[in-house]
Amino acid sequence: MPADFMLRALAAGIGVALVAGPYGTFVVWRRMAYFGDTLAHSALLGVALGFLLQVDPMLAVMLVCLLVALLLFFLQRQQRLPSDTLLGILSHSTLSLGLVAIAFMEELRIDLLAYLFGDILAVGNRDILLIYASAIIALGLLMLLWRPLLAITLHEDLARVEGVRVDLVQLSFSCLLALVVAIMMKVVGLLLITSLFILPAAAVRRLSRSPEQMAVLAVLAGALSVSGGLYGSWQFDTPAGPSIVVAATLLFALLQLFPARQ
Amino acid sequence: MVESAEPLLDLEGICLVRQGRHILENVSFQIDPGEIITLIGPNGAGKTSLLKVALGLLQADTGLVKRSADLRIGYMPQKLVVDRTFPLSVARFMRLIGHYSEQQMQQSLDEVGAGRLLNASLADLSGGELQRVLLGRALLRRPQLLALDEPVQGVDVQGQVELYDLIGRLRDNFGCAVLMVSHDLHLVMSSTDRVICLNQHVCCTGTPAAVQQDAQFLKMFGPAVLPHLAIYSHDAQHQHGSCPHQGCSCPLGEEGRDAR
Repeated sequence: MPADFMLRALAAGIGVALVAGPYGTFVVWRRMAYFGDTLAHSALLGVALGFLLQVDPMLAVMLVCLLVALLLFFLQRQQRLPSDTLLGILSHSTLSLGLVAIAFMEELRIDLLAYLFGDILAVGNRDILLIYASAIIALGLLMLLWRPLLAITLHEDLARVEGVRVDLVQLSFSCLLALVVAIMMKVVGLLLITSLFILPAAAVRRLSRSPEQMAVLAVLAGALSVSGGLYGSWQFDTPAGPSIVVAATLLFALLQLFPARQ
Repeated sequence: MVESAEPLLDLEGICLVRQGRHILENVSFQIDPGEIITLIGPNGAGKTSLLKVALGLLQADTGLVKRSADLRIGYMPQKLVVDRTFPLSVARFMRLIGHYSEQQMQQSLDEVGAGRLLNASLADLSGGELQRVLLGRALLRRPQLLALDEPVQGVDVQGQVELYDLIGRLRDNFGCAVLMVSHDLHLVMSSTDRVICLNQHVCCTGTPAAVQQDAQFLKMFGPAVLPHLAIYSHDAQHQHGSCPHQGCSCPLGEEGRDAR
């Protein structure tokens, strides 16, 4: 018999899968895995700042991720350093800053593991509401950006000549991705966020014949992974976040056995 | 060719400097409706940069780019790599620029000899097929100008001839102008109206047909010398310091000086 907290965890996890699927497809197509990682790592700095300034941690995480996304956007435009170098610098400096900041707050006892690997079993009704509200906003805005984003993914200059406002679309997407990362942190933790972007999307690639199909199937694969992971976590008393990722990995491996659709 | 008072595109005194180096130096030219212009020059001559300035993708440091109002441009980039993780059919790719009926898309693809590719996956196309699909897609927007960056790159010789034929035919059928970057003058010569030889600055411009029949030209190089060989030897000898072009051994030299 499932306990209340399990149902809440399932609701939260499926909410996250709903938004991670479509965003994950773009992370895969646009090769932004490291970008996702960087946003996720900077989330810890957000957590620390949230405690320091006594604001809601999720809100603080959103703000810090947003700032990092903006900073990256402008640094990348300067083209002084290659993108992955910039990402590496920001990724690890924000993570370390976060850890150092938390260490300074002596009176504070926070469960670091909960932020690193997620604490989905502890989500409350308020968290679920927040997850679904942000998910709906993030998905709605992604739908607006969908076609121009596809065009940019194929070729930036081509899209530009055809009248797409490339910079605006890219900046908006980065900011939305920052928002999504903040939503996801509670569920899988910042070290595992990228896996929920990439695994479901990569798993269903071979079954998809259009971008939209791949996005929808990625949502299903994500939801399935969340359910399977939570069930496994319940059965075998394993940590929930990593269990979800293990379930997603198993699903990925299983789907590779199917022949590719043309 | 269509006569018109106003050029589609007018570039005046374009300079582009990157890292203290001139990529483009005082380049001026214009494209009239229905005209085919080929930009040639050695690697690093600034051909692609010039095309990008013309398209508004790069901002020139000085100079003026005037486009006619509501100019519709069909662009074929130098390289379009479709990631294998990206499931996109040709039809869907064509619909990214607007809502077109199956029939319209089929017609466009038939026009460029890619009729059977409508439902193919973009990632599965060969180089030549992709070029044709890009052209067919550009046609959907009824472009007044096709901007093609090395359109025959990665296509075998037979395919190159066919593609150039096709581009010439598209101009005739649709009345669109063509601005094309090429490093292979030999094949370009047959379908182009005007050649602009670029090496940071415009070395020379001229109509290839007139140049080829020019007695001076034949006496100087002999009929057997392929124009593109001559161009390359010219590039090797060309000195920036000796501009404006006295002693320039460019095969289009005479006319080029006039055009400047």
